[in-house]
Amino acid sequence: MYQYTENDQILIDERVAQFKRQTENYFKGELSEDEYRALRLRNGVYIQTHAPLLRVAGPYGLISSKQVRKLAHIARTYDKNYCHFTTRQNIQFNWPKLELVPEILAELATVQMHAIQTSGNCMRNTTSDHLAGVAVDEIADPRPYCEIIRQWTTLHPEFDYLPRKFKIAVSGALNDRAATQFHDIGLHLVKNDAGEVGFKVFVGGGLGRTPIIGQVIKPYLEQKHLLSYLEAILRIYNLFGRRDNKYKARIKILVKETGLEEFTKLVDAEWAHLRDANELSAERVDELKAHFASPAYDVTADTDTSFAEHKVNNKAFATWLAHNTAAHKVSGYTAVFISLKAPDMPPGDITDVQLDAVADIADAYSFGEIRATHRQNLILADVKQADLYTVWQKLAALELATPNIGKATDMICCPGLDFCSLANAGSIGVAKEINEALDDLDYIHDIGELKINMSGCMNGCAHQSVGHIGILGVDKKGAEWYQITLGGSSENNAAIGERLGPAVAKDEITKAITTILDVYVKNRLEEETFLEAVNRLGINPFKEQVYANN
Amino acid sequence: MQIIKDKQRVDNTWQFIADDAALIAGDITVSLARWQQNRADLVAHNGKVGLRLKASDSVEDFAEDLTNIKLVELDFADFSDGRSFSQAWLLRGRFDYKDEIRAIGRYLPEQVFYLSRVGVNAYASEKTTDLDAVLNNLNDFTVKYQSSII
Repeated sequence: MYQYTENDQILIDERVAQFKRQTENYFKGELSEDEYRALRLRNGVYIQTHAPLLRVAGPYGLISSKQVRKLAHIARTYDKNYCHFTTRQNIQFNWPKLELVPEILAELATVQMHAIQTSGNCMRNTTSDHLAGVAVDEIADPRPYCEIIRQWTTLHPEFDYLPRKFKIAVSGALNDRAATQFHDIGLHLVKNDAGEVGFKVFVGGGLGRTPIIGQVIKPYLEQKHLLSYLEAILRIYNLFGRRDNKYKARIKILVKETGLEEFTKLVDAEWAHLRDANELSAERVDELKAHFASPAYDVTADTDTSFAEHKVNNKAFATWLAHNTAAHKVSGYTAVFISLKAPDMPPGDITDVQLDAVADIADAYSFGEIRATHRQNLILADVKQADLYTVWQKLAALELATPNIGKATDMICCPGLDFCSLANAGSIGVAKEINEALDDLDYIHDIGELKINMSGCMNGCAHQSVGHIGILGVDKKGAEWYQITLGGSSENNAAIGERLGPAVAKDEITKAITTILDVYVKNRLEEETFLEAVNRLGINPFKEQVYANN
Repeated sequence: MQIIKDKQRVDNTWQFIADDAALIAGDITVSLARWQQNRADLVAHNGKVGLRLKASDSVEDFAEDLTNIKLVELDFADFSDGRSFSQAWLLRGRFDYKDEIRAIGRYLPEQVFYLSRVGVNAYASEKTTDLDAVLNNLNDFTVKYQSSII
């Protein structure tokens, strides 16, 4: 993975010093609440219901074992012994003391981590495919480009006070695992007729209150133009994005109100001034590619036979293999998911003890690298098949091997009313209740691929509008109610879920979900996934059953 | 009143003339609207002329006249309005403007490192303590990822 140069390190150290001064000036009364708010947000600090929240950047999801140990240390020393992985591959601490945040950031800087631009109306952490570099369906490795974008977006002097937040995601594979069509800018690595790698550029996608699927603004962008084209889009957005209403300030609204054709003309006119002056050199791309060269794979990895024996002899291991692993481009290697969706843990949460243990496992079995996924789990990307059984045993002992990846209980869930000052309704408790109702693993496996996303308010941090089943918490006269949508998807077949009907009360939401699953099981065709069934059947059969008694 | 210009404290020699006020001799700044309405008078003005830009003003609207404009003030009504940063960048990067660009109004001394990187070279403030902060904060970073305008 990318290793900081001396200048990278100086930059984050100087950022820590800057934020320390800003925090001191705030406590001295020299910065107002509003002024300090803008500055602290750009350093990942929110003030929530109970305490500040610190969001640490996980650059396109990659974290080293050393960094994971530092996260464990911070959880232990400054927080309540746990942290939370987010849908944008970042890490959140829920209970740090504001005055200690500069100290925490200084600790993070010692392991090449920071919280720069993880919140605020600026360019955020660039996200990517959690299987980057190992996926069997990969066209090109997105990580070198992610790092180029990370550097370009970090402390960009012109675009730090945008109308609203701005998120970029990059996918290098045939199957989009990074929800790129729901980002302000989505980049797909593609090849042209000459076999050269470039970008298909999507713009104006987004979730939140107004979910919109991104549109193609450039079917093929040459690599060398990557940064000049991003600059053109950002300048047009910075100058013309709405600033009068924060709910209409995202680029998706500018694209929608301007129209794609007109918006494209504006961007192209701006780009014409920039494209020849700011080319990304092939040398620079190669330099970054070298940071992401494949590790020293064992060429004899696929000759191991113990793996097959364990699989036959141990049903639990076989089940875990079937659900919590992904194919690897190198024969004899497997990508292993670490499920952060154990039944009794809030989705995405992990303790300090687990973090330390995961770091040890990564060091021993996966080249010391850990990845965060868009669905709030972790991955060990390079595990030899001979080691899978041991890795499984170790993860199982840590309660990190619940075989539910991509299944009903692998829910995406926001912190909800328990922590977040924006929330209208609880989400963690409801997730727990649904989890308890779906406690039969055979049933969950029979249901198969299913993405349930639940947010505690319209801001939609848990991407409910693209869940196969989406659950949205709403406030109805002081009570917590839940709206259900069906048929959303953030993958290649991007779709926004359709609303099932009126919101249901808190004590009915779990029953509604199990009813929906019953309708699916009863009506599905052979091999038909939940999403396919919803697309074929429409929402009516589900609606009829969920609201049958009302 | 003193300002910071090119990292030095200097006396301000310019005066802003409101749209409804009469022009006075000496170095003055006016709104873009006034410049557009009274261009001939202003070009003939006895003294230098500059513009005071709102964040919503378009740099393209006076780009052809830049040789007549000896100061551009970027007037921040709100520090979070980032359009002024692009205005400065366009003036320097696209239209090759060489004279003074000054941040005024409600920008934050905490923003001056970024402002300097998009081409702002002068800073005014009502509070003299802010000027100390400006001078200090211009040195917040010794490294950067993107090219700067100057």
